[in-house]
Amino acid sequence: MQIIQPHYHGIARTAQDYERMAMSGVVAVAEPAFWAGFDRAYPETFVDYFRQISEFEPTRAAQYGIRHFCWVAVNPKEAENPALSQEVMRHMPAFFQKPTVLGVGEIGFHKTTPNEEAIFEAQLELAIRHDQLVLIHTPHLQDKVRGTRRTLEILRHHRIAPERVWIDHIEEHTIRDALAAGYWVGFTLYPITKCSPKRAVDMLELYGRERILVNSSADWGPSDPFTLQECILEYRRRGHTLQEAIEVFHNNPCRFLGQNPKFDIQPIQIIKE
Amino acid sequence: MLTAEKVLDHYFLDARCMLIEIAALLDRFDRAAEARSGEIPAGIDRLDRIYQALTLLAERETTPNRSERLLNLFSDSA
Repeated sequence: MQIIQPHYHGIARTAQDYERMAMSGVVAVAEPAFWAGFDRAYPETFVDYFRQISEFEPTRAAQYGIRHFCWVAVNPKEAENPALSQEVMRHMPAFFQKPTVLGVGEIGFHKTTPNEEAIFEAQLELAIRHDQLVLIHTPHLQDKVRGTRRTLEILRHHRIAPERVWIDHIEEHTIRDALAAGYWVGFTLYPITKCSPKRAVDMLELYGRERILVNSSADWGPSDPFTLQECILEYRRRGHTLQEAIEVFHNNPCRFLGQNPKFDIQPIQIIKE
Repeated sequence: MLTAEKVLDHYFLDARCMLIEIAALLDRFDRAAEARSGEIPAGIDRLDRIYQALTLLAERETTPNRSERLLNLFSDSA
């Protein structure tokens, strides 16, 4: 089965992960810009990071036949530094021109502070001005409900088509409002702190397949790119057809990411002979 | 041995994750059972044991041998 991993931090992973993903059917990954585990001091460090994910990382993935796309942004944690964030934002439009950059992300909230909010809104406006897709990170653990509610309030006040926004790290307590407002939602499968493969399948069964993306994130912390394949196995074990699995794990990423014409992988339909 | 505070630091998120998984399993069972209203699933006693285990865990003032008691609960009686 062909799989698209729509949220993957390749720079934090080994070549062996690409190799094993390719062997398991992954044909494309999309890499949002995120926190490196420490707060960066210089705008130029971000610029080099954006070069890494838009120029170098596609060459690594290509060695295993995997297409690599990316997003650029100041992540919510480092948005706590507004001066640095504004300077980084000045460089972002140049990257929108790159052939594999799909939009602005991950932006949003970490602790839902005033600084985070100001930079979130500024990046949202930048995305709107440049007609870019938007990927929104929602906070972890106890901050998730408050941060997701505030995210939805902010989005309501900006003129952006909901179908061009993906709100990620959604769980059972945040899914209803995000879906009802017309946004795409993402389930991030983590071993401990986010959603599990079984719970993701529960939500697919409860809410249907429309506007839902499933991903592993897979970064430098405790995470595993193959939680996505675990989820596919769980989905199939519960009796969902191969075509239904393709709709969720391949075609939905094509539908959302394909709103940017640079993402040219098409949905797949199984034809029975 | 870890201090009581360190036990929480190290294992709180593990416990949170496992509890949410149990909640999701019970929700999954209820939805499936509702879809087949009136039909009692085979092996329903296993669900009873899960609820008995949760009752046991909900007792805060107890002896620190909960794992042993749960294992006995899930064992065939001798």
